Formats: sequence, structure tokens, C-alpha cells
Amino acid sequence: MDKNLRGADMVVRSLIAEQADLIFGYPGGAIMPVYDALYDYHDQIKHVLTRHEQGAIHAAQGYARVSGRVGVCLATSGPGATNLITGLADALIDSTPLVCITGQVAAHLLGSDAFQETDMVGISMPGTKWNIQVRRVEDIAPAIAKGFYIARSGRPGPVLIDITKNAQVDFGSFRYEPCLGFRSYKTHHPVDPASVYEAAALINKAERPYLLFGQGVILAQAETALKQFLDKSGIPAASTLLGSGALSQDHPNFVGKLGMHGNYAPNLLTNQCDVLIAVGMRFDDRVTGDLSRYAKQAKVIHLELDPSEINKNVKATVAIQGDCKESLTLLSEAISPKKHDTWMANFRSLEKQEKEAVVNLDLTPTKPGLTMGEVIHHINKYKADDAVLVTDVGQHQMIAWRYFNYKKPRTQITSGGLGTMGFALPAALGAQLHDYSRQVICVVGDGGIQMTIQELGTIMQTKAPVKIVLLNNNYLGMVRQWQQMFFDKRYSFTELDNPDFIKLSEAYGIKAQKVSERSDLKEAVEDMLIYDGPFFLEVVVEKEDNVFPMIATGSSVEEVRLR
Amino acid sequence: MKRYTIFVITENFIGILNRITIIFTRRGINIDALTASESRVPGVHRITIEVTVNEETVIQLVNQIEKVIDVIKAFYHEDTGVVYQELALYKLPVSRLDGGLEKIIRDHHAKIIAAEPDFVVLELTGHKEKTRELLEILKGYGILEFARSGRVAVAKRMLTIDSFVN
Repeated sequence: MDKNLRGADMVVRSLIAEQADLIFGYPGGAIMPVYDALYDYHDQIKHVLTRHEQGAIHAAQGYARVSGRVGVCLATSGPGATNLITGLADALIDSTPLVCITGQVAAHLLGSDAFQETDMVGISMPGTKWNIQVRRVEDIAPAIAKGFYIARSGRPGPVLIDITKNAQVDFGSFRYEPCLGFRSYKTHHPVDPASVYEAAALINKAERPYLLFGQGVILAQAETALKQFLDKSGIPAASTLLGSGALSQDHPNFVGKLGMHGNYAPNLLTNQCDVLIAVGMRFDDRVTGDLSRYAKQAKVIHLELDPSEINKNVKATVAIQGDCKESLTLLSEAISPKKHDTWMANFRSLEKQEKEAVVNLDLTPTKPGLTMGEVIHHINKYKADDAVLVTDVGQHQMIAWRYFNYKKPRTQITSGGLGTMGFALPAALGAQLHDYSRQVICVVGDGGIQMTIQELGTIMQTKAPVKIVLLNNNYLGMVRQWQQMFFDKRYSFTELDNPDFIKLSEAYGIKAQKVSERSDLKEAVEDMLIYDGPFFLEVVVEKEDNVFPMIATGSSVEEVRLR
Repeated sequence: MKRYTIFVITENFIGILNRITIIFTRRGINIDALTASESRVPGVHRITIEVTVNEETVIQLVNQIEKVIDVIKAFYHEDTGVVYQELALYKLPVSRLDGGLEKIIRDHHAKIIAAEPDFVVLELTGHKEKTRELLEILKGYGILEFARSGRVAVAKRMLTIDSFVN
């Protein structure tokens, strides 16, 4: 126990006690004492100065998603703090563990409209799993301990701790005690064996069972349990956007990806299965399409940790509440081994249709313009098995996800639930800084990259060897696609006059190359992936390509279109 | 649509009421009445919320409320599952009083809790229907002010707060 420690030092010592080895942030008036303390502990905790607080929080998200650890970021009061909001909302909807520490004006100034005062607890409430304002030095360590516990336990999520300046500069005694739980927050729900037996009985009788898996599998580290369940049950399995990577795509039961721009068979056959097993996913509207016509014929088994997700969008015939590693293991024991060859063949034959109608044209096109798909196709050839794909939001995100060959967990980082443009570049930076030796590939569009392009500065300063692949069609492509399909080709404010991205990258000291011809693509991708350091590859792609298959808003999964 | 009473047992934590009410705001649901007070367990608060929705919605609301970190327990009841009371105060000008008030007070089991030179204040406890009925009658006496509390309620189910707190 330290008898006389400054509050700001307590903040840093608490972070160190929580093994936060890498944090992201941006200094300012109300957080300056903490930055002053960081100066003394730079050998124990590494801080990365981003170019904007939104960059800091997305970087913390990228770090958290790739590592499974709590991402940490620091910001000052007022605008510094409000710049975190998008990241908080993103982390909440995508269940990403974060602890964000914001400075606040001194307690005696609260409510006086002091310089850079904003009601951060009030503003961040709907975007956090938990938040708190700390006004006294003695409350700092307990708040940080509770914050880390809440962020990482149960269904993970973002926590915001707002610390007034007086608490940072006051002195007090310090002893760090990690939080081990408290009465209003139960993180472990033991799996009810009765629900497991009920589910197993349904599965054993099923003729056309079908399994959907989401990020819950990754968060519960249930990848092996999932694989064992699939090996024994012979059930076809499809992933959600954030579930990708939980099962290697080489697994014989893997049939593809779900959702608005997912694969043909996994969407279509949702309405033909007799038992639907949903594991660690929340039936997002981008997965279900029209709920009133979603899997109505099927008995639904829902394995889910968060009780509020059960029966929220889709009524479960049997709900197995709890950690899906535990429930999948129990379920595997309770089912009989089976094969579902005929049912599986349905998936494979529709997969063939999709291949002929869409995939071949995307991956090995014969028309002149470059496709986004062929870029990913080349990346697949040269990437490492554990390469991390970080994407932004839009057409490139859907194409990259569709065609990237996922083999390992925690290789998919994207903004799923919130759909935050500008997410990719800082998130890729955060993922890369967790492990310099890992291949981190940031695929981004020309719209999204310009929302957080200032983080090229952070890449320059940290020398993070991120591989940035800009798929440039000079359009906000996804919006343009919708304008083409649903708004009579009225391209309202979607065309962009872009800067010279190569000059821009070079201004930041980042090696850059531009490819406009198919003949140069393969080599450029290969050169980028073996390059030792950050690399910016701009690929000029066809201006008006569309992403298919597609389930239009309001349509049923069985109305998935190939064209 | 039905009237439901939601009970929320919470830690005494700044902002908890806000965290709960934004769950309703986000879904565009109006809270009919809300009462908060300390429970018989020190440090544990009890919030009673009255809301008119369908059962599917009240289940979602309760699930979302329970998800709030500092909420210990939340549950809902139909009107038949709770014993509840509301308190109403009526301020009347003395100038308009006539001989009829005594009968009204007797009939409704109301009482006079304050008498000043210019006004009297009546109090009535009871369900909304009953307090509203008296309001209608007192409108004839030029009522100056009327205030009604939210519902305070206890569940009929034999469960005590200790089973959630410990």
C-alpha cells in the first residue's frame, strides 16, 4: 500500500495492475495530470498518441478484438470526450470490451458550464455498458477495478470512467484490489441440463438441422466446442459477419455466410431447415430480413449468454442460456452422431449456382474494369493463415468478408452492428500494435478512409506495418448501389472527387502504390504483403459494380437475389 | 395493451434512474407514473413504474432493465398481481364551499388535511378511478390545484427483497 500517491498516478498504476500494456489517447487540459503520470511509467505502459480521439477509441477496439483483452483509451473532457461517442456505441453493439477514461473539470465546477465541461456520464449512458463519474481520489482505484471487471465479463462491452481534475491531483493512499464481482451483476448462468436434453432430443429427430454461429462463439472461446459439435452432429453451419473465423472455412460442415450480402444457400435454406440452432448470435435484422417470414417452419434452439437476447427477435423453442462453450460441450455429449449428406448436398448445389452466377465473375472477371473481389482473391493467395482482415463499411466490406478465407478466430475486425465508416484505419492500427509480427490487412473504401485518414500520421509515427488496401471507385459505393436499385439511379451526393492518395501516403512517409490494370494486380498484392513496414496499395476498381447476392430490405431470406 | 407495474430493485447509484428511463425513451414508450424510494434494506432502492403496453413489450422492457449493471432485480405484474395505492391532494377555495362538502368527504372517505383562511386541502388515497371521480365532483367547487402521486405497490407474490439482495 502506498500511503501518499497522487490520483493521476493511481489511474496509471491501476491500469498497470489490470495488465493494460498498450493504451491509446489524446491529451488535453482536464486529463493532463494523468498524462504527466504516464511520463513516469513509460517503461511499464505504452501509450499511442492518435490524431483524433475517434482514432484512439477505434484503435482500442481493434486491439481488443484481435487480442481478446480490454482496450483502453484516454481523452480529455468536453470535445475530447464527446469524440469517443461513436466508438462507444460501436463497441456496445459489437460487444467489445473497452475502458475509456476521460478527464473532467474539477468537482466544484461541475454544472457551471466551465471550460470544456460536458455531461459525459449523461451523454455516454446509452452507449456504454456501465459508466461512472469519480469525484474523489479514494474512488479512483475501485472505479477502475469495477470498470475492467464489467468490460470484460459476461457479454463484454464498453465502460466509461469520467474523473474530475481535483481527484487526479489530490493525494491519498493506494492499494489496488481487483473486482471479483458484486451482487447486482451476475456473469455466470449455469446451463440448465433440462434445456440441453430438450434441445438434444430436437436435434436427434431433425432431418434438416442447420446451425448459425456468431461472435458469441469467439467471445466464449468456444471454437473447439463448436467444431466438436459439428464433427459429431454432421450439421451444416453458417457464420454471421462477426462470427467469421470462429470455424475454419475449410471445415466440411461450413456452408458459408449469412445476411444481406451473405451467401445464397445459407440464406435461402434458412427457410427450409426443420431445426435451427443459433449459437452466440442475436438475429440481427441484416441476418433475418423480414422477421415475419424468417424460419417460421423451424424449431429454434438458441444458445445465448445474454438473457435479453433470448426471444428478442426470434422466439426460441428451446433456449439454452449460458456460456456457449459450456452449453455446446454439454449438447455435444447429449446428441447422437449423424450425417446429413442429402441435406448438405442442397447447400452444395446452391453454392454451385452462386459460384457460376456471382463468384466467378467477381474473382476471375473477364470484363475490363478491376473488381473488388479479384483483389481479395489475390490477398487470399498470399496471406498468412492467421492474417487479420480489418474492414470499413460498405461494398468493400461485404466483398472482402464474402471472399476472405477465414481460418482462425479473431482474424475478422469490422464494424458490424453500428456500421461505422472510418473504423478500419484506426482499428487496423490498434490490431497491428498488439502484435507487430502479425499480418494486418486493412481493406477500406475511398469514402470511409477519408473519415479517419488523419491516422496515417499515427501509422507513420508508430511504424505499424499495416497493409492498407484502398478499393477506390470514386463513389460511396453501397449508397450508390441502393440509389441504382431502389432510387431510380438518382445518384444524389455519392460521387467523390478524391485527392491523390499516393502523394498523400508518401507525405506521411508510407510506401504507396497505385494499380489500375489487371496485369499489375497480382504482383502488387504480393509485394505489399511481403513488404517490411506500412504499405498503401490503391486499387482503382470498376466504378459501378454491385454486391450480390442481396436480400433487399423488407424481403425474406428466401428472396435472396443472385442478380 | 394493458397496464403493468414494473418493480425495479437497484443499488443506490447516481444516474441509475436515468439508465432505466432511457430504455423507455429509446423505444418511444411513455411512462405513466414512476415512484422511487429507499427499500427496507438500507442502500437498496425500489422503483415502481406504471406503463401501458402489450405483454411482449413489458417482457422486453424488464429484460433490458435487468441488464443494467446496478439493477439487482426487475419484474412485472398485471394490476391483478399487485396491491397498490395512489395519493391525491385537492386544493379548494373557501369562497366556493357550501353545505355539500361534508357529504362528499364522507361518501369518498376523503379527509381535510389543511384549512387556511383562503383554501382547504383534501386528501384521498385510492386507485386512479376513485381519485379521478372525486376530481370531477370537486370541479364544481372551483378546484385550484390537483396533484396525484405515482403508484406505490407491493406484489401479491410471496417473495421478499432479501431473496434478491443476498
